[in-house]
Formats: sequence, C-alpha cells, structure tokens
Amino acid sequence: MADLTPGIISRTTGTDLVKRGLADMLKGGVIMDVVDPAQAKIAEDAGAVAVMALERVPSDIRRDGGVARMSDPEMIQGIQEVVSIPVMAKARIGHIAEAQILQALQVDYIDESEVLTPADEAHHIDKWAFDVPFVCGATNLGEALRRISEGACMIRSKGEAGTGNVVEAVRHLRSILGDIRKITTADQAELFDWAKRLQAPLPLVQEIAETGTLPVPMFCAGGIATPADASLVMQLGAQAVFVGSGIFKSSDPALMAKAIVEATANYLDPDILAKVSRGLGDAMPGLEIGTLETKLSERGW
Amino acid sequence: MALPRIGVLALQGAVDLHIHALERLGVESVEVRRTEDLARVDGLVLPGGESSTISKLLVINELFEPLAERLNEGMPAFGTCAGMIMLASEILDGRDDQLSFGAIDISVRRNAFGRQIDSFETDLSVIGLPESPVHAVFIRAPVVERVGPGVEILAAVEEGRPVACRQGNVLVTSFHPELSPDLRLHELFIKGMAG
Repeated sequence: MADLTPGIISRTTGTDLVKRGLADMLKGGVIMDVVDPAQAKIAEDAGAVAVMALERVPSDIRRDGGVARMSDPEMIQGIQEVVSIPVMAKARIGHIAEAQILQALQVDYIDESEVLTPADEAHHIDKWAFDVPFVCGATNLGEALRRISEGACMIRSKGEAGTGNVVEAVRHLRSILGDIRKITTADQAELFDWAKRLQAPLPLVQEIAETGTLPVPMFCAGGIATPADASLVMQLGAQAVFVGSGIFKSSDPALMAKAIVEATANYLDPDILAKVSRGLGDAMPGLEIGTLETKLSERGW
Repeated sequence: MALPRIGVLALQGAVDLHIHALERLGVESVEVRRTEDLARVDGLVLPGGESSTISKLLVINELFEPLAERLNEGMPAFGTCAGMIMLASEILDGRDDQLSFGAIDISVRRNAFGRQIDSFETDLSVIGLPESPVHAVFIRAPVVERVGPGVEILAAVEEGRPVACRQGNVLVTSFHPELSPDLRLHELFIKGMAG
C-alpha cells in the first residue's frame, strides 16, 4: 500500500448535511411506489433511484377507504432484501411511533405522508429527533417551510395522490416556486409580512430571499401518470419525481416505469420524450379533481 | 493557459452541486447528456447519484460507448461516490447489468458502509492537501477494496480502506466534496488534468 495517513478524528451520523445530502443524490431521478418485492425489482430494473414501500398504492387507498397505516415491517424488509437502491416508507402524519419503527428498520427515508390517515390533527413529527431523514408534502411555501422548521430534509409538492391527474401537482409547484420568486424581489420590511402570511419562521424566509431556493431539495408527487407529466413538472422546477399509482396501475408497468425514468432524465429533450411516449399502452385511469370525496392534499397543518 | 472547460455528467444525481463548485472556482462547466456535449469538454466530473440508474441512462442515451472512448484516449475525469463506481474497473455488490468504464484500476464495493442511517461526516487527511484535513461527507458510500499498480491512495478511513484514489489524471472519492464548501479536491482534479 502507498504511504497514506489514516486520519480519522471522529465520525458523525444523522447530521443535517448527511440527511439532506441523500436527497441531493436522488435529483433527476424517479422514486416509485411499490407494494411488494416483485414490484420493487421491476422499479429497480427500470432505473428508479429509490422505491417507496407501502401497503397499497394511493389509488387503492382512495378506492378501499378505511384507515391507511404504516406498512408491515416484514413487507418493508422483503423489499430491502431484493433491491440495492434506497428504500423509503411512509408514516402517518404525527405518528412518532410508526416513524421510530421505520427508523429501527433502517429505511433510508421516512415519508410523513398525507396519503396515510393522519394520527395527529395539530402536530407533525419532530423530525430533528431522528437520524433517518424525512420527506414531507406541501401544497404551498408556508407549509413547506413549516415542515423544514420541523426538520424535513426534502419537500415534495403534494399534488393529489391516486388520481393520475397532474393538475394539482402543477398548482402546488407553481404556488411554492412562484412565491419563492416573489420573495427574492421583496425588500427587508416585506419579508416580515411574508413570514406572517406564510405562517413560517422568519429566518427561513430571509434565507430564501438570499438564496432564491428552498434550503432542501424540492421534488414533485401526486398525479404523475405519463412521461410527459414527468417532463412537465421537471420543467416547472421540480428536482425529481415521485410516481405512485402511475406505474403499477398502468397496463404495462415495466415499460411505463422505464419511459418515465428516461423522460425525467431528458425532460428538456422533446425528441426523446416523443420516442419514449410511444406505445406505452394505457396510463392509469384518471380522476377529475372535482369528483373526489377526499382531498388527501388537505391533510397536514 | 486558458482554463479548461469541464463537463458534468448530467443524467441523474447532484449535478447542480458540482456545477456550483466549478463556478466558484471560476471554471466553465457544461452539462453532458448527449454525445455532442462530450465534444465540447476537456474533462468530465461524474457526480454522486444512483450508480445503477446512471449506468442505465448512459446506455439509453447512447453515451456509454463515446464516453468510454474519450476516457480511453485519456480524458481527465473526477468521480465522486456513484461517479467513483462508474470509473472503476470492477464493481462489487452492483447489479448484474451495471456497467463501469475501467478508467481507474480499482475494485469498488457499493453501499459499503450500510444504509442511510450509517451515512456520516468525518475529517480526513488527504495526501497532497497538507494544510488541513478535508471535511468529508459519506452517503451510502462505496469503498475501494483493491487498488491496481499505478493507483495512488490519497485517503483512507480508519480500517485502512481507501476512500480517495488517483491514477494519472483520473481522481475518485467515496465521499462528496460537492456537499462541502471546501473546493480543494476539485482544484486537485483541475491541477492534475495535464496528467
């Protein structure tokens, strides 16, 4: 071996940099909802950067009703065994114990998710207390900043999960990124008013004014069903996409998964988008937002 | 001498962080997604990300062969984390279909430190950067398990396992210099581009 100086001073885990850093590494990728090891394998084969393990995809949760909870640890471990990419899992909003269980299972990211039935109607999880990083949904900038102040290391715009309808995702992305753009042109006095109106901590608002971006990566979820949808939200400013029901409720999941991966990586290239959009079979059946009995995106405070 | 123009492989991963790092050094950078982008660069950064995804996208975008050719011809390259895996001659614990360029003669084990909960920060002594340790961020990081002749080990973790190596003008790290404000490894790469 060469002359090297092994110079470890100390090794620190669970830091902000380490937790946000994994989100940075997922940028430009597709995170896919999977309900069993076979689906996880299909997702990894297609080029997913991570999988989200859950009991039922959002469209089935919507159809079945009842209380949606954290997945069975056995199922999560089954998925961890078959793939080498990061495995995420969902905890109910405010459900500290579910999050503790997911951390004990060593999932790579915990999604404190409105897709599951909330466990607390006022409080989200104190995410600073965990070494495993959290992603949280947001419909607007205030919600995003409240989640970041609670320790979220990645934000995903919520969209409306399980609908195959991208319109809500677009609305939420435009709201969050539009307000960020406005804040960058506000003067110091106006920032106080922004913090008040957003119900968000002033230091985070001031940080956005200075940097022009959220302090954590910003991904998009909820309603993405085609390669073109993925390109759309990336063009609007999402840094990666979550696809839930859109893959495994389509007629050819492996093909759809691969096409969405290619479209996300090449979101600015219409020639590639045209090529990968051909012959995919049926996308998942979509729902009109006005007909929904439950809007999942309204969960979260 | 004019500053080189550096490409950043922009198929997936923390592309923006490397571009910011290069910007702060005053170096012009180009996002590389297609073969024609390659013609415009003097060297390439392969960023952190998901190596199995990047491998697939290299094939899909028909970039693997032309990039392999450029690397064979001696194009300087800097790979961090997934980028190190891509540049290695052998991948351990990779997917069966996962490709690498063999631009540096090392065997790299993927996810060698465990899952995200085991990701860590530490201070490392790096050969060639004597002023102070480098603050290194390891995220689901790989480690080097074998180095071939001609490969220089620049840093190792306490078990003596190499986490930064160099062979000619190819530099690799298990960790992510792009996540820290310390730009010395990027500088080391640019200085070493002449070989």
